[in-house]
Amino acid sequence: MKKSVNDFKMNVLSRSVNESFCRAVVGAFAALCDPTVEELSDLKTAVSEAVTNCIVHGYRDRPGRIYIDAALLEGNVLRVKIRDKGCGIEDVSRAMEPLFSTAGNERSGLGFTVMESFCDSVRVRSAPGKGTVVTLTKTITGKCDE
Amino acid sequence: MTITQDNGVLTAHLTGEIDHHSAAFMRSAVDAAFVRTSPKELVLDFSGVTFMDSSGVGLALGRYKKTREQNCTLVLAGLSERDKRMMKLSGMQKMEMVEFR
Ligand SMILES: Nc1ncnc2c1ncn2[C@@H]1O[C@H](COP(=O)(O)OP(=O)(O)OP(=O)(O)O)[C@@H](O)[C@H]1O
Ligand SMILES: [Mg+2]
Repeated sequence: MKKSVNDFKMNVLSRSVNESFCRAVVGAFAALCDPTVEELSDLKTAVSEAVTNCIVHGYRDRPGRIYIDAALLEGNVLRVKIRDKGCGIEDVSRAMEPLFSTAGNERSGLGFTVMESFCDSVRVRSAPGKGTVVTLTKTITGKCDE
Repeated sequence: MTITQDNGVLTAHLTGEIDHHSAAFMRSAVDAAFVRTSPKELVLDFSGVTFMDSSGVGLALGRYKKTREQNCTLVLAGLSERDKRMMKLSGMQKMEMVEFR
């Protein structure tokens, strides 16, 4: 296990206005280690995907809480956990397939694909009826002022 | 966001951040103008977009369902290289009556 150099935790109500709030907060935390513009937008996009999934699928637009736990680990590795206590996912590997979506016309089914292409790793743990945790990790090439 | 119409071409100049929250408003504004004007071409202009996630792809795909039904061309313009890559994950570049500009 890598040691944590810095971290924060927060939880927010699952309202769609908080999608931009969550990615901005994680972005501000990541900015402390001087990422490139591209690394920062990659991370914000991935966080936006995971948070939106909690709101749209996990809680199905009903009120709930989204728990974000971010850490900067040794070696400039950012790890962000995004968790909901919503409906959970029956079949995680199927959910992660490109273009798979249980939602209607306005969703592309690309959320997990985008997270995977913009992060070093994406881990999903889910239990039907209990909720879902998505763990994103991404190495930042910038230097931290430690 | 502003929507303009010129000679059968309806252009939606999307601005700011596109996520699930903001896409709802963009969707209803574009759809209302589309129904009102029945254009032969619908241009979604992303050049004023500062951030988008897959909700931007969903916005384009959702509009495509409507343009295709009306034999209208859907043009995706002004995408950054990165957003274009995201858009292409959906396979839209291979769909009939879709153009990237
Ligand atoms: N937090 C979650 N809780 C319950 N189900 C989820 C959760 N996250 C994802 N899913 C399931 O996994 C599927 C795929 O998710 P993904 O983000 O890849 O696509 P999408 O959300 O359907 O569409 P898009 O993200 O492109 O708008 C979802 O349709 C949903 O069924
Ligand atoms: Mg999604």
